[in-house]
Amino acid sequence: MLSKGLKRKREEEEEQQEEEALAVDTWWLDSDHPAVAPAPQAVASSSLFDLSVLKLHHSLRQSEPDLRHLVLVVNTLRRIQASMVPTAVLPPVPSLPAAPGMADNLLASSDAALSASMASLLEDLSHIEGLSQAPQPLAEEGPQGRPVGGAPPSLGSLDLLDPATGCLLDDGLEGLFEDIDTSMYDSDLWAPASEGLKPGPEGGPGEEDASELKETELDYLMDVLVGTQTLERPPGPGR
Amino acid sequence: MLLSLPALHLQTSEYHPLLQLSHGRLGPWCSPTSSPAPLSREPGCGEGSWILVCRLLVPTQVSLLSMEEDIDTRKINNSFLRDHSYATEADIISTVEFNHTGELLATGDKGGRVVIFQREQESKNQVHRRGEYNVYSTFQSHEPEFDYLKSLEIEEKINKIRWLPQQNAAYFLLSTNDKTVKLWKVSERDKRPEGYNLKDEEGRLRDPATITTLRVPVLRPMDLMVEATPRRVFANAHTYHINSISVNSDYETYMSADDLRINLWNFEITNQSFNIVDIKPANMEELTEVITAAEFHPHHCNTFVYSSSKGTIRLCDMRASALCDRHTKFFEEPEDPSNRSFFSEIISSISDVKFSHSGRYIMTRDYLTVKVWDLNMENRPIETYQVHDYLRSKLCSLYENDCIFDKFECVWNGSDSVIMTGSYNNFFRMFDRNTKRDVTLEASRENSKPRAILKPRKVCVGGKRRKDEISVDSLDFSKKILHTAWHPSENIIAVAATNNLYIFQDKVN
Repeated sequence: MLSKGLKRKREEEEEQQEEEALAVDTWWLDSDHPAVAPAPQAVASSSLFDLSVLKLHHSLRQSEPDLRHLVLVVNTLRRIQASMVPTAVLPPVPSLPAAPGMADNLLASSDAALSASMASLLEDLSHIEGLSQAPQPLAEEGPQGRPVGGAPPSLGSLDLLDPATGCLLDDGLEGLFEDIDTSMYDSDLWAPASEGLKPGPEGGPGEEDASELKETELDYLMDVLVGTQTLERPPGPGR
Repeated sequence: MLLSLPALHLQTSEYHPLLQLSHGRLGPWCSPTSSPAPLSREPGCGEGSWILVCRLLVPTQVSLLSMEEDIDTRKINNSFLRDHSYATEADIISTVEFNHTGELLATGDKGGRVVIFQREQESKNQVHRRGEYNVYSTFQSHEPEFDYLKSLEIEEKINKIRWLPQQNAAYFLLSTNDKTVKLWKVSERDKRPEGYNLKDEEGRLRDPATITTLRVPVLRPMDLMVEATPRRVFANAHTYHINSISVNSDYETYMSADDLRINLWNFEITNQSFNIVDIKPANMEELTEVITAAEFHPHHCNTFVYSSSKGTIRLCDMRASALCDRHTKFFEEPEDPSNRSFFSEIISSISDVKFSHSGRYIMTRDYLTVKVWDLNMENRPIETYQVHDYLRSKLCSLYENDCIFDKFECVWNGSDSVIMTGSYNNFFRMFDRNTKRDVTLEASRENSKPRAILKPRKVCVGGKRRKDEISVDSLDFSKKILHTAWHPSENIIAVAATNNLYIFQDKVN
């Protein structure tokens, strides 16, 4: 599959690591293999989970994600997740012990983070297309223009994923979004998962301010492009 | 970025440079045999015996520019074309479509080019040459574009080509990339006026004093010239990627479908389109399904179908409401519990949907099967054909290398009795709906001698591999046949394999 706007080297790196990671796990794919015990099944599910997460990020990082691919990967991820939660068993990871309660939290938060990231990108697409919509409130910002999942920073939920494929997951959730200039996006969606992912602007400016906001946004974008402004939180009304 | 191509000046003589690879003189793979091979009906052939008519390489930029050069350079360049290493990614064929009479065959490629082939006219002395297709016209349909607002590059790859029925001497087709649909007019010029009084043969003005007689200019035949001109550009109506276009049976409207919306256009109006389907959720987070293909009914101009990534087909009637969000019919097969896996949804995603010529059935292609549905029965298909079921145990690997997302197309033959679709390893499959026989054939350079009968292939699933069989693990997943086309009335098929276009004909024909 061809993708645009990706850093080539990183892509190759990831693919290599992906292959390495899966070389170990592919034995179970052989239909002739003798019946497997439940434990390897969980391992298989989790490696599939890792793979799907990797694919999702790969897809999200593209400048214009293939919507069909994205939707199918996300749906598959949800299926895998649904099958994993009842077992509450995470793959044996050397660095961290997995407890059932923590597993649920981590899965839930990673799902939230993924939903957030996917939603944000899809929202971004719709934002640009829907000129009649009220503009996204750039004023509503979290403490940082960074995603904060429900998980504590020391345990970035995606840190737990297979270390072999962890090149982009090493810095936890924040590492995911290195390539994306999130400050230009609707940072409202980076708020903690518990706040929910609201469909539209909350307490945002009224319709009458819509055009003003758009102009401010455009100005800001222009400035960034021209380089007169460093990337920081965009100016918004009420700030 | 490819250079824009001037109108081609084609010669009808034998010495057509480079582009006509189908000529016996230029390409060994098409030279006729001395005597026709005997007919053979192998058991399980499905539809008789198939022979390779010609293999056409989508011309690279190099070869086109060298058209003006002399014969010697042409000979050198001819060998260029046969060498695969000169084929670029831009030459990968992305769509194939016969026109309504089958006289013309259009291909679109990743580089935004459209190449139209025309069938060789039948002549008594050269009966064996009938059925060959030669290049008729080539033009640059779409260029790469940059969307400044989103900082995105818009690919010039031609996703689909659809012909309009012929209404006068010119040919019209629609071609589309991810965002923009264009209507092209392809017309011939084969006469030019000769015998001007004030101009000489070269076009230079004559001294009036030298003119002693007056004559009436006449139209004389000239070497055929084929021109392609863009007549309409339908832009800025799609936020998401266009996957389908379909001409309505009223010949006045057509639709274009992207991942979330379907728009209805009038051919005469480019600045407006009607949105007839919109499945975008208010909250994009809730997005779980996208539109994958759409097509108008061949006879009822108010009816169309669209397929989804969840394996469902919706039939809509435009008379019911302006926005056809509520379907008239909903086709879905219940999931087989024994085949359930994490990948069930992905493999159920429909990659192509086609009405039968009769309008009574629809055919859908998902990752492993082709299904035929009766419009009057929504709860399950009437026929299911396994394309490559041996891949079912390999789904995880195919998910990992993204092959599971490949979008295969499917086609009906003219009488709706045979259906065809592609697979991996340059294999393509045909299923005879009446005899229930099927055949697997291969479109490849190595195995195709000109006019030789194609040998049916077989994939060995497990256990002992017979001599001519190929094992599943040896399949080349980079060689995929995604695009095929079937002549509207005859048993002639076009199969696209990367930058090669194979044309096969039924020997019985």
